[in-house]
Parts: sequence; structure tokens; C-alpha cells
Amino acid sequence: MRRPTILAAVALGMLGSPASPAGTTQSIRMMGIAFEPKQVTVHVGDTLEWANHDIVAHTATAKDKSWDVNVLAGKNGRMVMKAPGHFDYICRYHPNMTGAIIVEP
Amino acid sequence: MSKLRLTLLGACLGLAPYAAMAQGAAKLTDPQIAHIAHTAGQIDIQAAELALKQSKNKEVRAFADDMVRDHKAVNEKALALVKKLNVKPEDNDTSRSLMQQAEAKRKELSALKGAAFDKAYAQNEVAYHQQVNGALQGTLIPNASNGELKDLLSTGLKIFQGHQQHAEHLVHALPARTGALAH
Repeated sequence: MRRPTILAAVALGMLGSPASPAGTTQSIRMMGIAFEPKQVTVHVGDTLEWANHDIVAHTATAKDKSWDVNVLAGKNGRMVMKAPGHFDYICRYHPNMTGAIIVEP
Repeated sequence: MSKLRLTLLGACLGLAPYAAMAQGAAKLTDPQIAHIAHTAGQIDIQAAELALKQSKNKEVRAFADDMVRDHKAVNEKALALVKKLNVKPEDNDTSRSLMQQAEAKRKELSALKGAAFDKAYAQNEVAYHQQVNGALQGTLIPNASNGELKDLLSTGLKIFQGHQQHAEHLVHALPARTGALAH
């Protein structure tokens, strides 16, 4: 069902990047006070890596508070996604930065 | 910059009767714009330092820490840029008025304590960022001539819009003002 899921997401214009192969690392840039791509789809066990290209520190913080990654200016922050779900997230310091992570089983 | 635009900037920054009128119809230069932006940042750093001195509220203190860190980072970039461009930030009527207004607000906040201070500080952070963001968006960014200065101001605007949202969340999270005065 993975391909139909991806195609459906593309058709709905929801996908920032395609689902990665399991156990891989997906990079997200923090740049211009925004997450890029804004939405990514990964699998349980994949690693997300946020690279902060801005001049100020950011966080990647799940709105449900299940995870929180601090990323200093010019640095990277990583997290292994351990549970499936749809996670809307923000930067706690700049809540106008919003994104979404979809973690597939 | 027209006299009308200067008046609007004054209004945006909450600067009634507005001493910057003395600048008349003179266009703000990039060194003056850089100085206004830098001054606006310094004012918020000083407000945050006051909050760190007076508040025991964890969220207020965390917010104040964020303000110190971010505004210092932006101001450091601004200073590095004016150095690179070999220009000297120029004091001007607008930046002087900003400082005067900030001093009055500082006195007002210093007279408060506890939850009353926390709420007033957070509310002022909303209003202040709203005013500065309006000035950046409507006047400072459009009037900046140098591309790098314009870019830095635009980045600053996005950062400060985030601060405004953050401050709005803080205001809602804090209990209503009690009006308690310091002894």
C-alpha cells in the first residue's frame, strides 16, 4: 500500500518529500524562519536531521509535546522517529515556523 | 521619505507627538535605518533583562531569555553588516524617540511586581513587536537602499513576527493582571 499512499499524498499536494527507505536519514532545513521541506514522510526507525541555516536558534517541537529538538544557529539536530503518526510541529521560539512529519509504520 | 511616511512610522512605533518631525521631509538613510533597527533590538533586550531581574515565572523568564538571545544575534549581524559596508549607524530623531518611549515603559514596568509585572511585560512584548514589525514592513524595509540591509531587515521581520506570536501565546497563558504595585 506504500505506493498508493504516496501517490495519494502527491495528488493532494500534501507531500514535501517522498517517504524514505526504512532506516535512512531525512534532512530538513531551517532557513528563512521556515522548515524546508515543510512536510516529510518517513518510516519508524528513520532519522530526521534538522540543519539550522538561520542566525538564531530554533526548535523542532511536536505540538502534542511528544518530542522536542533544540537546534542552535548553524548546527544540526537529529532524532530517530520511534512511533508512527502524523505530527504537526513548530519552533517554540518562533511559532510562525510550522511543519508536519508523517511517520509510517 | 515623505513627511507623511515619517508620521506614519512614528504612529507605527507609538511615538506621539513625535520628535522625529524635526527631521522634516528628509529621507532616512541606510545608516539611520540600521541605527533604528539596532536601537529597537537593544530596547527589547533591556526589557528582557528587566524581566529576568523581576520575574520568577518560568515561562516569562524563558521568553525573556529567547528575546535576549535572538535580538543579540540579529544586532550582531547588523553591526557586522554596517562594518562590512563601511558605514556608521547614525543616531536620529526616530531612534532617540524610541529610547525615550522605552525609558517611560521601563519605569512603568518597574513599578509592577509578580503576576502583574509578568502580564504587563508580556502584553508590552506583543504591542512592541507589533509596532516594530509594522515599521519594518511599511517603512524601514521599503526604504532601505542596500540589498544586504534589506535582506537582514526582512529576516529580522520574520524572526520578530515569531516573537509576536510567542508573546501572544504567553499573554494567554498568564493569569489576568492584578495591578499589584511594587512596594
